[in-house]
Amino acid sequence: MTEIVNSAATTMAGSPAPQRGANAQVRSSRILRMLVTAGTYAFLLFMALLVLFPFYWMIISSLKTTEEYRLNVPTFWPQSIQLVNYVNAFTEANLGRLFLNTAYVGIVSTILSLVITILTAFAFARLEFKGKNILFAGMLATMMIPGELFTITNYQTVNTFGWMDTYTVLIVPFLVSVFYIYLLRQNFMQIPNELYLAAKVDGTSDFKYLWKVMVPLALPTLISITILKMMGAWNSYVWPRLVTKSEEMRLITNGLRGASLKDANGETHYPMQMAAVAMVSAPLFLVFIFLRKYIMHGVSRSGIKG
Amino acid sequence: MVESKHQWKAWLYLAPAIVLLLVFTVWPIVNTVRLSFLENYNGMKAAGGATFSIGLWNYEKVLSYPKFTDTLFNTIILCVLTVPISTILALLIAVALNSIKPLQKTLQTIFFLPYVTNSIAIGMVFAAMFNVIGSALGTPQENIESYGIINNIIMLFGFDHQSWINSTSTYEANLFVMTVYIVWNALPFKILVLLGGLQSINKQYYDAAKIDSTPRRRVFTRITVPLLSPMIAYVVITGFIGGFKEYSSIIGVFGDKKMGPPDDPDRLNTMVGFIYDSLEKNREGLASAAAIILFGIILVVTFINLWVSKKRVHY
Repeated sequence: MTEIVNSAATTMAGSPAPQRGANAQVRSSRILRMLVTAGTYAFLLFMALLVLFPFYWMIISSLKTTEEYRLNVPTFWPQSIQLVNYVNAFTEANLGRLFLNTAYVGIVSTILSLVITILTAFAFARLEFKGKNILFAGMLATMMIPGELFTITNYQTVNTFGWMDTYTVLIVPFLVSVFYIYLLRQNFMQIPNELYLAAKVDGTSDFKYLWKVMVPLALPTLISITILKMMGAWNSYVWPRLVTKSEEMRLITNGLRGASLKDANGETHYPMQMAAVAMVSAPLFLVFIFLRKYIMHGVSRSGIKG
Repeated sequence: MVESKHQWKAWLYLAPAIVLLLVFTVWPIVNTVRLSFLENYNGMKAAGGATFSIGLWNYEKVLSYPKFTDTLFNTIILCVLTVPISTILALLIAVALNSIKPLQKTLQTIFFLPYVTNSIAIGMVFAAMFNVIGSALGTPQENIESYGIINNIIMLFGFDHQSWINSTSTYEANLFVMTVYIVWNALPFKILVLLGGLQSINKQYYDAAKIDSTPRRRVFTRITVPLLSPMIAYVVITGFIGGFKEYSSIIGVFGDKKMGPPDDPDRLNTMVGFIYDSLEKNREGLASAAAIILFGIILVVTFINLWVSKKRVHY
């Protein structure tokens, strides 16, 4: 890009006064190039500040006293660091129970979902059976339909099954994701068929081949799926709100938005609320820091959040 | 083929997925369509043995229901505001990121951060930033303790403070807050996709432009945008699909089961919000009709987008 700017600048500077020396041309083009680069960095840094500001405000607010938070002239660094907000938020919003619930639902549904996805993707990628292409196209077509359309009937179905207010209802309806099956099938297809035929000649069973060869080779995609699925459990809000009534079954997002963190006067305790928000956001950030590559890989293909 | 003798084995691998899909995907499609044609279907009454006549009643009711048409209007206006703004901003950021070397990875990571957040949780942070603490009555008697950081910044530049999300706030102010939040939330995915697209553009095009000493702006409009157009079409389509399903970001800003400021808690309700409200009142007939209308709108918008991109997109 910069070379283009360079040449563009050269023509622009050169056309009005072609008789000027080559030195002047080079100098003015260099100045323009520096200006463009400086402008680019200024724009990017400004946008980065806007993107980061809510995180910064969340963290410093969570460390303030309510009195400081309510100051008419805001402080940009807490006068005294109030870690006690975190302790209070954790106990008052019952975050411990919510964390455990969400972790349990997230882990169980991820494991089951992975098993189902692997088996299905393998069948579509390697096995031959009648109606394979029609079935696969039909499954892909369901991805067009907004989830809300399923929710209405699923709400009735789980009611009929008597699953209301259980872990089952939070796990089972979302175990199959056509998108994950698609993603993994594409990955499985890239594994050369010769490996499969060689394994067949050696008398290896399909199942053994799948676990010993295909799963290890497709590990990056499986990690992407795991992270996206866990993030989905962490961020799910509407379905748990519909199907859980008791406090013990709540997931983290419901508990967070529903929690009333009040001060002594019965008004919202914002620093405590921000502390709760920070604690709920922290695991996502940790996962992101360590597994950034896999998240970005999975996300760039999905277009779906959570 | 070796495996054709063992077709049943393939079905064994498929069985768990197929059973679950039949119960939680195929049956809902059939049943939701069925419910949408049963007049004022109500789950509680159905359990009591009531029967419902078949017809278009639910669709007529929903489309003439001011509560629904308001949600339709809110949903469309949020889409129209957020999709173009976030796409253009993301394009500018992606092009800028692609043109620098030092700090590129760091900035790319920063711009991706909003993606790995919980939209309810960060909605609460935005609420805190826009919130006026005290009795925001809009009268001289009000007792304001803090105007909130956004108002403080606005006042620093000599403008008047606003009531953004509190009682007495205007619809436009509410929309502004939601637009800012939704754009902030939508940027990371768009930047990721567009930057990926930019990095895969063949450098030869730029070299050719350099030889012809094409001006920078022309390079952008004649090389970068056309070659990036499939990616732009992709983020616009997914942006519209996501936009028509807007719901939890509004809950995040305004509160549990609230879709507007305290004095008008339904003001910003969206189509998805209407579906869930009807469902919680056991009015599955209305909810189904609304869900099918939502699906229809998403289909139409996607086809319009695809049709426009067919004319504009260079593959």
